[in-house]
This record gives sequence, structure tokens and C-alpha cells, in this order.
Amino acid sequence: MSKVTLTIDGIQIEAQKGEKVLWAALEGGIYIPSLCAVRGLEPPFAACRLCFVEIEGRGIVTSCTETVADGMVVYTNTPRVKRLRRTAFELLLSHHDTDCSSCPGHGNCELQRIASRLGLKLRQNRFRPVPISYPIDSSHPLITYDPNRCILCGKCVWVCNERGSGVLNFAFRGIDTVVTTFFGLPLADSGCNSCLECAAVCPVGAIALKRDVRPPRS
Amino acid sequence: MIFEEIRDRAIREWEGLRNSGRPLILIGTATCGRAAGAMEVLERIERELGERGIDADVVQVGCMGHCYAEPLIAIAKPGYPPILYGYVTQGTASQLIENFILGDDPCLEFALGALEENELIPTIFDMPRFRYERRILLERCGFIDPQNIDHYIANGGYSALVKALEMTSDEVIEGVRRSGLRGRGGAGFPTGEKFGICREAEGEPKYLICNGDEGDPGAFMDRAILESDPQSVIEGMTIAAYAVGALHGYIYVRAEYPLAVERVRFALRQAEGLGLLGQDILGSGFSFGIELVRGSGAFVCGEETALIASIEGGRGVPHPRPPFPATSGLWGKPTLINNVKTLSIIPHIISKGADWYSSIGTEKSKGTAVFALAGKVINTGLAEVPMGTTLRDIIYGVGGGIPGGKRFKAVQIGGPSGGFLPESMPDIPVDFDSLTEAGVMMGSGGMVILDEDNCMVEAARYLLDFTQRESCGKCTMCRLGTKQMLNILEDITNGEGRLEDLGLLMELAQDVRDGSLCGLGRTAPNPVLTSLSYFRDEYEAHIIEKRCPALVCEKLISYYILPERCERSCDACVGSCSVEAIYAGKGGVKVIDQEKCVKCGICLDSCPPQYSAIVKLSPLSLVPPEEKKPEKSEEGDG
Ligand SMILES: Cc1cc2nc3c(=O)[nH]c(=O)nc-3n(C[C@H](O)[C@H](O)[C@H](O)COP(=O)(O)O)c2cc1C
Repeated sequence: MSKVTLTIDGIQIEAQKGEKVLWAALEGGIYIPSLCAVRGLEPPFAACRLCFVEIEGRGIVTSCTETVADGMVVYTNTPRVKRLRRTAFELLLSHHDTDCSSCPGHGNCELQRIASRLGLKLRQNRFRPVPISYPIDSSHPLITYDPNRCILCGKCVWVCNERGSGVLNFAFRGIDTVVTTFFGLPLADSGCNSCLECAAVCPVGAIALKRDVRPPRS
Repeated sequence: MIFEEIRDRAIREWEGLRNSGRPLILIGTATCGRAAGAMEVLERIERELGERGIDADVVQVGCMGHCYAEPLIAIAKPGYPPILYGYVTQGTASQLIENFILGDDPCLEFALGALEENELIPTIFDMPRFRYERRILLERCGFIDPQNIDHYIANGGYSALVKALEMTSDEVIEGVRRSGLRGRGGAGFPTGEKFGICREAEGEPKYLICNGDEGDPGAFMDRAILESDPQSVIEGMTIAAYAVGALHGYIYVRAEYPLAVERVRFALRQAEGLGLLGQDILGSGFSFGIELVRGSGAFVCGEETALIASIEGGRGVPHPRPPFPATSGLWGKPTLINNVKTLSIIPHIISKGADWYSSIGTEKSKGTAVFALAGKVINTGLAEVPMGTTLRDIIYGVGGGIPGGKRFKAVQIGGPSGGFLPESMPDIPVDFDSLTEAGVMMGSGGMVILDEDNCMVEAARYLLDFTQRESCGKCTMCRLGTKQMLNILEDITNGEGRLEDLGLLMELAQDVRDGSLCGLGRTAPNPVLTSLSYFRDEYEAHIIEKRCPALVCEKLISYYILPERCERSCDACVGSCSVEAIYAGKGGVKVIDQEKCVKCGICLDSCPPQYSAIVKLSPLSLVPPEEKKPEKSEEGDG
């Protein structure tokens, strides 16, 4: 595979041809936040709207969708980039149960990590909280699913269809979009084969292993 | 069968109908006609003709664009020019049969005009609007039977396909490219270029999709074409398929258009029956089949990647582009996707030539634009004007102006996310680039006219409520950004807005525009951005003065009875009020108890026009302090 060289924040980075800017940056040690990106997935899901970068001659784009090119010049911290990702981040938090202390993801949560890396607040007050109060599904012996913590990154849906029993999908639309099972059946009755991959990919605490359950192979 | 035979037979049939010596009655039974009662009129006509044993032909046609005057019928009686009648009721239909078909009084009092030059009466083409209109796409609409392919062929149909099949595909693409045609689905992408990309793209088989989703509220151009001239879409698709090398096509029609679905299905079978569609079309060796797909009832399914996902059986949710469908679309194969109007103009371009087409319109926007005029305009309906026609000419020239002598305020153009153009820009040429420059977009042709009685903040709130609900929910910016914008707009129309909210609203609108995944989110803020820039004073009036200048926002207005106008002995308003909020005060003057009033507005309509004593006031503080209620004053007196 041939290589291309691009410049990200002034640093020369080599990447595989065909690679997306996001992965080239991360590999080169440059941080770009993201929640929904899955390496190699085509087309990229591109839903979380956090991985914005500014590319000379292209303007503002999501780095998970932009393919690297020789001589490409990328910036990850321009005022415009910062503004857009802050807005997306705070919007996500405006529709999210932010009581971290009671969350199974506490301490191992991508939202917390992004907040601390970028100096953003988890308790945003720019936007009014959008009420969210779905029942928590604890029917499954090994995992719990709390839709109020879900940020709709779609990773569990992808992995469940790719490697699991394909019981998870999106339902409804707009603000009512949720990840759910067929007919909204409790996970225990959904035909789930307990591969536990969903809990492994969930970047937040929405799908989490119950206490004392051992994580699946990486 | 060779095409000459098909055509000759079609012409014989068409001429036979026109020169049969019998009266011919055309009745518009597209959706607009039906909504106005055309089916009942049709039934009455057929019954009376039957009962009276009159030998006449009745043909159902599509929409002529004069939707304001539906139901429409045209009568061609030997010895008279064909005459078009509007606002036809069952009663008028009977009279026309009695007086004109049986007698010889053409009842000109019901006529809109003749359909051909004559000595007797002016033609409809003498109407002022036709000084501005130029009908190409709509030319046959309303004049032929959409369910009779012979009518289409006799009027020039399918000769472009024959011509195209004798050209190379490169020549067809070159012709479309040179014509300057740009896509009519909204973005105005050069069609010839898209053809070329799809032609060159690797991957077999290639697909073609006609986008007839038309989810914009207030738009009905594509519906009218699909219902009134479906063969033109099929012929255009077949030529496009030949150009790009597609073997299979889909017409995606929204499920809320049952009549269009039915007529297109029927038209497809007729075209197949004559060998104009299907295997080895007209012996050329080129094969192309078309399948009709009913849309899934979501606005976002008009977005091309969501539409493709929906045909594939998935959720109608967009994905990022590139790859564009032209290189990787349906089932990952190169897919040409174009709007109904884009495809149905192709036969005209092939027949009459690229130079002819590019002579119409402006330098960068060629051809005509079809608009669905709706809202506060006299002639609601369809209009087709050359690109570059000014807004003024469309609204006043074609549309006949604003009803009731009201003041024109703004036009909402390009669907729910097109944006508003203010009354101060009447001379803006309506073409792709001038509109984009003004911060709005052409969209696919919806044009809703607003007058002084429309509140711009409420209009923006209404549109955002639509896009917010139609957001597919996939990406953060659109799903939550539109919701937060809607929250702010609701606050403002409820009189709870704060001045600093305007800054946040603007910021959010820009971020949703720049940061959303697909065109829905990227354009949803347009109504907010344009109303903030052209009508900021209205926002400020709502926030600072708690006043709705157009007297629309319910929380900011009160109904008030002007004591000097109240007739006192009349109690129409008292009787009309369903919550008993109106009582007789001192001297019999009626008074509205503001605490009880639910602002339904019925009293305002009930007050006899000669008094017109009830008015809307905003802000609420304009209402003088209420006089004492009768019970209390009685107590005091006693
Ligand atoms: C939210 C949304 C809705 C759309 N709806 C339609 C539609 O109803 N009809 C249409 O032709 N194009 C629609 N489009 C545009 C299509 O994505 C696509 O650009 C178009 O079909 C291409 O055809 P054209 O090149 O002939 O314009 C929509 C786009 C978006 C973002």
C-alpha cells in the first residue's frame, strides 16, 4: 500500500493511501475527539459531529469522512473547529442524563474524556436540557441498557449486526430516535446471544456490563 | 412495431377525437381538481349526457396550473373555439350542457377564456400572466389525457427518444451539457456533468432514479407533472438511462400521492405495451425497465442518499457524501438520480436542441422554473417562467398580486428550508445564483407568499417545527440543534424571549448549517437566518415590547371590543363565545373578560361588518383596565 504525507497542525504525518484524516491524526499522536467513528467502516457513520477539522482549500469537514491526500494541510484547533465541536458536544449533553456519579460508565466514559481533553464542561448551561426519561432495561442477566445515557453513536447497532445476533437497531426519528430491539422487547427476550460486544463498544455508560460480569475478549 | 406506425396511429386517434364532429369535454381531474370537487362534476356531466342521450366525448385531463379556479372544464363544440370554464360546480356543468352543448349559448359568464385564437372571445393566453409565463414542461399538462399514451405521442412525445437512440450516448450527454440544464431538485447541480460522471463511473449494473418524493409542504409541481403528463417523465428517464448506460430505473413517488402512483403505473404499462420501454426498445438493442417505488412518507427521504437507503429497504437516513450516488449509489452501484422536472425536460432538449434551451433564462440558470404558488396570492397554482424572471413579475404578473388589498410582506421560497425574501427585494431575478446570494435557495419550486397578516417569527417557528420533526435523528447538530432553536423560537412567540437569546439563536443556526450531516440540517436554519437578517425588528418587538406586530402570536394579543363602535343592542359576539367570556357592561357595551378569553377569534368574525367593533391588540397592555363586572357593580348599587 502506498503512503501519502499530510500536515496536521504543522506536523508532517504519513498515512496509508485511502485512510481517513481522523485515523491518520490519531495514529500520528494528534487528538481529535469522536464518538461514532469505526475504523474501516464505509461509508462512515458521521453522526456525532465532533471530529471537525479545517482543511486548506476544503474548509470545515468531519475528519472521519475525509480521505487523506498528499500535501493536504489540516488544522484541528481553529476557532471555527472549536466552536462547532463545542456546540455538538453541548447539544449531546443537553439530551443526556448527566448524573455521572450513578452511571456505570463513570470514569470510563468518552464524554468525560473529551471534556477533560478539550477543557469543556460536562454541565453545560448554554442549552436548555431536553427532557429524557426512558425506562432502564435491566432484564438481561449480563448487561443493562439505559437509553437516557445513549448518545446515538450507533456503534452497538453496527457491532450487533456485524458480530452479534442483530437484535439492536434504531427506531423512531428526530428527537425521539432511540436504539432499541425489535418491537421494543426487553433485551432478555430479544434473541440477544449475549456476545456482549455492545457493552464493549459503547463509549458511554448506556450499555454496560452488570457488576461482577467479566468483559468479553477485547 | 416501428415508431412511424405508432405515431401515425396516435395522430389518427388524437385527430379523431378533435375532429369527431361531436362535442368534446375535457375535465381536469388531477389532485387539485378533485380537491375542488371535479369528480362530482364529472359524475354529473356523464349522468346528464347519458340521460339526455347526448353523443359527446368526455376526457379526463390533468392540471393546467390554474388551481385557484378548479374545477376546470374545457368544451370544444364544433363551430366554436374550445372554451375553458373555471370554478365549475355541478350546477354550472348542467347549465353548460343545457345551454351550450344542446343550445348555442356558450355561457361566457363562466368562461376563463378560449384555448385557441378566435373572433368570439379572448383566449386564456391573453391573460396578463401569460406575458410572463413560458410553458415548456407544463405545455401538455391539462390538455391531454395522461392515461392515453397516444395523446402524448400525437403531441410530439417519444420522438426525442427515437432521435436519442440514433445518437451515441456521448452525443446525448454533450447535448444536455451544452444546454446548461441544472437539476431542479434543489441544489442546481449541472445535469450534463452528473450524466458524464455516472457514465464514466465503474461498476455494473448502473441504476437510474427519478426523485418524485416532493416532501416540501406547499409544493406540488412534481405531483402535477406525474399526474398530468407521466409519459414525459418516462421518456426523459429512458433517454437519461440510454445516456449513462443504466438498465434499470425507479420512480420514487411519495406514498401520499396515490393518484400520481396510479397514473404512473398505468403509464408504465402503456409504454411497455408499445415497446417504448422494456427489452430492446424500438429495436435499438437498448433495454431499460422502470419500477415504481412508493416513498416512505418522510421529508428526508427526498434526500438522495436517504432515498437510496429507503429503496434498499433500510431506514431512510442519509449517509455522508462522497461517495456521491453517481459513483456509488443504489446497492453500491453508479446511480443517476434526478428530479422529476429535470428528467421531463430532457426530451425537449433532445428534440429542440441545446441551443434552443440555453437561449431561455439567464447566463448561469438556463430554461424555465416551475413554481407552485401558494399562500396569500390571488392565482394560486402552477406557474412556469423563464429563469431570471423577477419576484415582482411572478407574484403580481403571474400570481395576480395579494388578495384583499393587503400588503405583500415576504415570500418563503424553496420549501421549508429555503428561507424568506423580504418585500424590499421585489426586483431580485429568480434564478439559482441570485437566490443563493440573497441567502435563500431555489429549492424545487415551492413559493409561499406572506402578507402583512403573517408574523415572521411565527413563520420561522412553524417551519422549524416542521424540519425539527422531520429530522431523521441521526446526526447531533440536526437532531438537537433544531430542537434547541425551536425552543428559543417558541419562547419568543410566547412572549418569553430574552434579547440574549437572539445571539444564541444566530450562533446555533450557523452551527447547524455548517455542521450537519445532510442537506436537511444544513438548510433547516435558513428561515431563521433570513428572517433574523430581514425582519429583526419583528423579533425585537416580540422580545422587548412583548408585541406581535402582525397580531398573530396568541400569547401576545388580546381581543378587545371598541366601546365607541359596539352597537350595544346587538349581542352576536356574546352568543358566539363558547367560554362565556363576553358580557354586557355599562350601557350595554360588550366587554371581553380577558381572564376567561381563550383567544379563539370567533367573536371577531361574528361582529357584523358594519360595526367591526372587535379588534386584536398587542401588546396585552394596550387593553384598558377592565371595568367592573356587572355582578359586582350590582352589589355596589344595591
Ligand atoms: C431534506 C432534503 C429533501 C429533498 N427532497 C427532494 C425532493 O423531494 N425531490 C427532489 O427531486 N430532490 C430532493 N432533494 C434533493 C436530492 O437530494 C437530490 O439532490 C436531487 O434529487 C437531485 O436531482 P437534480 O440533480 O435533478 O436536482 C432533497 C434534499 C434534501 C437535503
